[in-house]
Amino acid sequence: MLANFVVPDLYPAAPELFLALMICVILLVDLFLGQAQRWITALLTVTTLLGCAAITYNTMDGQSVLTFSDMFIDDLLADFLKLMLYVSVIAVLVYSRDYLKARGLDRGEYYVLLLCATLGMMVMISAAHLLSVYIGLELLSLSLYALVAIDRDSPRATEAAMKYFVLGALASGLLLYGMSMIYGATATLQIGGIAQAIVAGSANKTVLVFGLVFLVSGIAFKLGAVPFHMWIPDVYHGAPTAITLFIGSAPKIAAFAMALRLLVYGLFPLAHHWQVMLMIMAVLSIGLGNLAAIAQTNIKRMLAYSAISHMGFMLLALMSGIVGGDPSYMIPAYSAAMYYVVAYVLMSLGSFGMVLLLSRAGYEAENLEDFKGLNRRSPWFAAVMMVLMFSMAGIPFFIGFFAKFSVLLMAVNAGYIVVAVIAVMFSLVGAFYYLRVVKLMYFDAPTDAAPIVAPLDMRVLLSANGIAVALFGIFPQAIMSLCAYALVRSM
Amino acid sequence: MEFKTFVFYMLATIMVLASLRVITARNPVHAALALVLAFFNAAGIWLLLHAEFLAIALIMVYVGAVMVLFLFVVMMLDINIDRLRQGFWHYLPLGGLVGALMIFEMSVVLGGHYFSLAEMAPPAIPADHSNTRILGRLLFTDYAYPFELASIVLLVGIVAAVMLTLRKRKDTKFMHPSDQVKVRRNDRVRMVSMPAEKEGGE
Repeated sequence: MLANFVVPDLYPAAPELFLALMICVILLVDLFLGQAQRWITALLTVTTLLGCAAITYNTMDGQSVLTFSDMFIDDLLADFLKLMLYVSVIAVLVYSRDYLKARGLDRGEYYVLLLCATLGMMVMISAAHLLSVYIGLELLSLSLYALVAIDRDSPRATEAAMKYFVLGALASGLLLYGMSMIYGATATLQIGGIAQAIVAGSANKTVLVFGLVFLVSGIAFKLGAVPFHMWIPDVYHGAPTAITLFIGSAPKIAAFAMALRLLVYGLFPLAHHWQVMLMIMAVLSIGLGNLAAIAQTNIKRMLAYSAISHMGFMLLALMSGIVGGDPSYMIPAYSAAMYYVVAYVLMSLGSFGMVLLLSRAGYEAENLEDFKGLNRRSPWFAAVMMVLMFSMAGIPFFIGFFAKFSVLLMAVNAGYIVVAVIAVMFSLVGAFYYLRVVKLMYFDAPTDAAPIVAPLDMRVLLSANGIAVALFGIFPQAIMSLCAYALVRSM
Repeated sequence: MEFKTFVFYMLATIMVLASLRVITARNPVHAALALVLAFFNAAGIWLLLHAEFLAIALIMVYVGAVMVLFLFVVMMLDINIDRLRQGFWHYLPLGGLVGALMIFEMSVVLGGHYFSLAEMAPPAIPADHSNTRILGRLLFTDYAYPFELASIVLLVGIVAAVMLTLRKRKDTKFMHPSDQVKVRRNDRVRMVSMPAEKEGGE
């Protein structure tokens, strides 16, 4: 056994190794810093992420390389998603600094847990083995549970953390049970090996499908698709807004990667089974998410339901890749799904960033009323919020429109015309609550006259975020072709 | 019946009964002790499967360390068990029905023949095989990646536990000895000059 062991090639995993090292360094450095020098930790964290980005960018060679006994895969898809991940985590750090400082929450643990969650997501993105999928997921989830409870004195946050923890543990259980069934049927945990075993016909179909049901449930929980969405509104609402911003952005990329690795890379021979499951979840998510969001008065809850409906849309593309056993539409369909996730993360970062911008010490701007008359208080940020809301509603020509458009195109292409029509109807319903925010900002008198103060970096980045949402809507091909290229080189 | 089969059924029966006791016991200390018994029987089953290392680790880690700690915690906390169990009997029929149905359906789909010994024959084990050595080698060679990641998961656990529990209490009367030694008279006593009052005044 030891005789045929080769020392793994560490080069493809360089960003992960660098991040793991820096987590330890930051943990130690922060020990010697007081509350007044916390900016050093924040700076180190951002530098670490920039360093990871530099390493990922420089080691990107377009080859699919397996290492660590075939448990880790470094391909263009992983590199692209990781770069997206760094961008969103850096944005989270910049947006939430003032909010956390005003509430005494910017302790060293926040930065360490944030980076640990990032490491978990990177492991999920690069997973080529069921064990690495699971352990990356746990690393992410455990950090998130703790981050939700970071404000210990808030009963609402503690309750949200408790709910998240219990439901998350249940979802992990479902996922593990599904994995064990698939292992039982194929006798391998390696994702590529699973696909080979199914194609070779050596695996038992009944056991496989049985495991698949549990696997899909676990993925749906992580994405927050109906009927596994129960945690989303409560956690988004209960967690401090800065943490909601994090939960609502980067983990969606990781969950998408997990779905892609497990369902497409591992179980594509069973596509006709899981595509039906995804279709049911997509329709339910789009319907329930959009209808329930109308009734919300709290913007965090409203965005939570909107997240559910957006994940439903993403599933629409994920289920349209293989049409009747013909894999020729795989690349456009999955790149549409990937584009949707990237677009959603940009929009979600911007909208929660706006909620953070309006909040200040001792005041949470989390109700829709708090957006009243924003135009008179700050015309520029009202415009940014308007762009974000228009984009989320899918109004042309913003990034959200092209995301929805390409997803629907793929669904129609795969023959799901009824599903596409239902999705469009519900997204029209959804436009109501996005436009309501715009109406409040432009046509109502402000109830709160306090000036909007935010550090320069946050204002610049938030503006850039809004501009990106508008600009990539005008030039959608920029990201779209990147997504397609990454997938072509990695499939 | 072969002796090994008899031992398996004995261990399995005791384990199931002990697990039932964990969730039905009124006293949390009893529940924790029943859990110890369940772990012990699980370790016995693993021994039957030639997984000696796992069996010993289960007893040392779970029975020896985790459960003893658990017992301490249970004794320290003043759990109002009757309030916790309110509605237990009310929900039991429905919950039990759902659970039983699920187990029934799952066992219908996955009848024993999919994972029976005929389907998956146990590998032949050489006489000098050492479970501990093989596990150790695998953990530090083929499974080094998840093994190291698991250590980071543990690090997250430590950081989260410290973050959630360590706090400066505002009402504490704690004094730092070196501050006490260094204290000067002027820090504690303030001399005020007041005009003298007339003696024996009205």
